[in-house]
Amino acid sequence: MITRRRFIEAATACGAAFALPAPAPAATPAPMARAIPSSGERIPAVGLGTWITFNVGDDAALRDECTGVMAAFFQAGGRLIDSSPMYGSSQPVIGYGLGKLGRPAALFSAEKVWTSSPAHGAQQIEQSRRLWGVERFDLVQVHNLLAWEAHLETLFAMKAEGRLRYVGITTSEGRRHELFEEIMRRHPLDFVQLTYNIVDREAEQRLLPLAAERGTAVIVNRPFRQGALTRKLAHQPLPGWATEIGAGSWAQVLLKFILAHPAVTVAIPATSRIDHVRENVAAAADPLPDAALRQRMAAHVRTL
Amino acid sequence: MSEWWTYRLESFLLFSPRVYWRMFELHNAALWPLQLATLASGVVIVLLVLRRAPGHGTWIGLILGVLWACVGWSFLWNRYAGINWAALYVAPAFGLQGLLLAAAGASGGLACDRRDVTGRLGLLLVASGLAYPLLAPLLGRPWISAEVFGVAPDPTAIATLGLLVAAGGRWQPLLCPIPLSWLLLSGLTLRTMGEGQALVPLAAAGTAVALLILRRAPSSTPA
Repeated sequence: MITRRRFIEAATACGAAFALPAPAPAATPAPMARAIPSSGERIPAVGLGTWITFNVGDDAALRDECTGVMAAFFQAGGRLIDSSPMYGSSQPVIGYGLGKLGRPAALFSAEKVWTSSPAHGAQQIEQSRRLWGVERFDLVQVHNLLAWEAHLETLFAMKAEGRLRYVGITTSEGRRHELFEEIMRRHPLDFVQLTYNIVDREAEQRLLPLAAERGTAVIVNRPFRQGALTRKLAHQPLPGWATEIGAGSWAQVLLKFILAHPAVTVAIPATSRIDHVRENVAAAADPLPDAALRQRMAAHVRTL
Repeated sequence: MSEWWTYRLESFLLFSPRVYWRMFELHNAALWPLQLATLASGVVIVLLVLRRAPGHGTWIGLILGVLWACVGWSFLWNRYAGINWAALYVAPAFGLQGLLLAAAGASGGLACDRRDVTGRLGLLLVASGLAYPLLAPLLGRPWISAEVFGVAPDPTAIATLGLLVAAGGRWQPLLCPIPLSWLLLSGLTLRTMGEGQALVPLAAAGTAVALLILRRAPSSTPA
């Protein structure tokens, strides 16, 4: 006879295995940091994305797993966590984890405003702030340029009032780059967020050089193409040049390729695994590939 | 959404398969043993159709109406919306479908008085909705992640479409769009997650459409 109790026990079995991650190996070196051009503040070059991976609803066991990932991220020296109102329950899951971890002071909170209603922007940001449980966001970005004119006005006003520290805009998968470029030229943005990885390199043409020229920090999303790249490469042997750049996995190869671009400030891979988050943060370390090796890396991946 | 044509289905997938199936586990755990009652109500619907007792359409409409409203409220609004905000917009449609089914039943629109081949095939579709929980173990998932008629939307929609095929009548154009749309949406979601089960709701919707067309064809005469 299946009882309600047995049902619940089975459904939460995964949760029993949850535990905060074991302490990271002693003397883990701090990850490489990059300066935010508009302020000079330095932040670790690998952050934590939450698209899909942190959208676990009210599943207590999975919420604890996400907390474990965040704990490992902070232990490894990570700081920037990025989310959006679009990401389902990711915001309350982050808030849950931050509460469990005692609201780590290292957190660099990166959020987005995502609503077509200009009047609703400030209200949505306030709701997001409550879900995270932070006093204020470090960075708020206009998600995918939705109602960008009105929201940028709101964000710059909030920055002037000290209610957030940095303002940015985002795009993904190569969308609306022309408008993106125009906004970058016309507005004093602190951050831009865009898709850039070893196979999606359109940003190299105009946006990354423009960011360097304008002194705008760059957050790179989809570094693994939503996991498609790491899955595709998982069964391929690491090339010999991987050891030249200190990469012990394909994930680190892909991240080091991105971080080696001089305009990139932070890459934000998403993961639900503690070992992967440690591996990702550890990729933010010298040596990084030079321009010639980057070309070889991209050419090699294209052939696989 | 600007440049919507540049988006792929993957762009709208907000959750992982693991989270999706665990959602059913948690939902089943929270409602157990209600699943036994909803399955029993499905059997009652089949018996009502087979016996064609007077007023059976009213009872069928009432039962299905309550189940649709419950699935909309309990599953879509209170469970699925936790990982997929779009479910908040779909849940009212389930409530509307419940009202329509109850109204159709009360007005005699769900009376299954004809017994021809398509009608029997409709009943087979109802039975497949009731047997839907078997998919979980067949596809290697635990029983607790099973989707049960009257608790989960896919089997509820499939069984309802089967009943509508069996019933025929003037209410079909009003009663079919919501279950068909749901099965299409569910199939695409599963397909985007890379789940083989995607074929099931899509095939069920296709079968229902084919049977509905057959049912309305002039050659399909009452037995």
